[in-house]
Amino acid sequence: MSVTRSDVEHAARLCRLEFSPDELETLRGELGRILEYVEKLRELDVTEVEPTLYGLAGSTPLREDVPGEDTLAREDALAGAPDEENGHFKVPGVL
Amino acid sequence: MGICELSLREMGSAVARRKVSPAELVEAHLSRIRVCDPTLRAYVTVNEAECERLARDRGRQSGGPPGVAAPLNCIPIAVKDNICTKGLRTTCGSRILRNYVPPYDATAVSRLRDRGCLLIGKTNLDEFGMGSSTENSFFGPTRNPWDLERVPGGSSGGSAAAVAAGMAAAALGTDTGGSVRQPAALCGLVGYKPTYGVVSRRGLVAFASSLDQIGVIARTVEDTAAVLEAVSGWDAWDSTSARRGQVRARQTGEVGKSGVLRVGVPWGFFSEGLDPDVSDVTRAVVSKLEKERWAFEEIDLPHAEYSIAAYYLVADAEASSNLARYDGVRYGEREGGTDDLWEMYVRTRTAGLGTEVKRRVMLGTYALSAGYYEAYYLRAQKARTLIKRDYEEVLRRVDLVLMPTSPTAAFRLGEKLHDPLAMYLSDVFTVGVNLAGLPAVSLPSGYSRSGLPIGLQLIGRAFEDQTLLEAARLFEQVVALEARTPAGLKGLLESGRGGA
Repeated sequence: MSVTRSDVEHAARLCRLEFSPDELETLRGELGRILEYVEKLRELDVTEVEPTLYGLAGSTPLREDVPGEDTLAREDALAGAPDEENGHFKVPGVL
Repeated sequence: MGICELSLREMGSAVARRKVSPAELVEAHLSRIRVCDPTLRAYVTVNEAECERLARDRGRQSGGPPGVAAPLNCIPIAVKDNICTKGLRTTCGSRILRNYVPPYDATAVSRLRDRGCLLIGKTNLDEFGMGSSTENSFFGPTRNPWDLERVPGGSSGGSAAAVAAGMAAAALGTDTGGSVRQPAALCGLVGYKPTYGVVSRRGLVAFASSLDQIGVIARTVEDTAAVLEAVSGWDAWDSTSARRGQVRARQTGEVGKSGVLRVGVPWGFFSEGLDPDVSDVTRAVVSKLEKERWAFEEIDLPHAEYSIAAYYLVADAEASSNLARYDGVRYGEREGGTDDLWEMYVRTRTAGLGTEVKRRVMLGTYALSAGYYEAYYLRAQKARTLIKRDYEEVLRRVDLVLMPTSPTAAFRLGEKLHDPLAMYLSDVFTVGVNLAGLPAVSLPSGYSRSGLPIGLQLIGRAFEDQTLLEAARLFEQVVALEARTPAGLKGLLESGRGGA
């Protein structure tokens, strides 16, 4: 499986990561080798096989849609924020 | 032998009988850390002030906090630095979280505190748990106490090195693809990965949520069981937590008593190309156990050879999604200097995440992206089903599966660092258990010709952790491995003199 330069650039955009041209080239080779290895999975006949999505099958517990007790206080939730204003997370302008 | 080499059980009873004061116990460990850790680098953060204060307070009380008793009261426990500790920084070995202080304790951590444990420090790891050598940390590599030129394994390498060097009585680690068992094997310790859902993941910083599980690293099976009893059990804060997950430390003695233990060994899967030392230890242990009514039979795990491929696709796909949260908005470091939101995300993530993490996030994103989803991610999940089925079928016939934990003893620092695929392949024996959600324990089993520890793992049925622990105890008694002081540690203690 050969990975093209534009494949890597596309994935980088989706990941919000930036790489130098050298790094992109290295990654292209590494991802290519890893993907070549996982091609091994093609040997398997999986036509009748259901995928396993979760650790162990169990039912999803549900509860009323109300705030739980013992949740974080606003100031605690904001304590690690790089920037905040008026009790909110603050980010550079979106529009 | 000093205080720091005692088992957790022995320490607990020494404190309870007032043969050692809590302050002396803490001081012995802190002094060991001061002598050894500048070289070993097992800790990212040492929780010195809090431990000293708590130890002083406990020393004045009779017994400790109300309802708290041996064996865990006042015991110094290390916690891997991807498990949240309130008020104590939790870095995940990443630059992006290097100053992150969680506002809450992980459930496993609060349960340890409730039992009177002292959190002696936060241990080094491969960034976010991604690695098998503890070399991928923003804080630099951890060294193996058995040989300072070798890795302690990973990703819970800091936890394993801390326990092996007497810098903690036991430690919490996390096991997504072998990250508790493999470092325990490479450092001569017991490493326990519970059934998925037995220990709450609340406060465990997510890497691959369908595989992640908190586990225990300790010197003996009994110590492991004591810590596991404290941290296991249902938790309303984790929707994947199991109702039947509580593990008890007390042995019922049922296992092995009623008859022979049937143990399957997948010789065909692991024998080819296996390191001769690991092969010799496996054969020697099997023949010892056979004499004690363990009935071995060869088993086949026909899809085991696909487990690395399936694992890295599933784990990295989940990681790429989980790590999207590091965007410089709610916590962690922001790389500023721009008034554009997109640019802020890119700068923050590019500066904050390390090489291996980026590689995995890229691979996971690629495998999930349009046009590749079915070929990679979906196919990997189907392979996961086949791998899981192999174990289920085998474990209907046998009680346990036995195989090596790692294909080699500890490898050299730098040996696999620049070859990601070679590093991934070192997880070949451990990842299947995570894909199947099963419990497994790595046990000290022998030494290589050059004196490095070698571990074998026992794998049990889902939610039969109790049985697995009891079998592990029998294994430990039968194998009766001669205890040795790690050579690297010996050197550090001799040159540091004064070390406890």
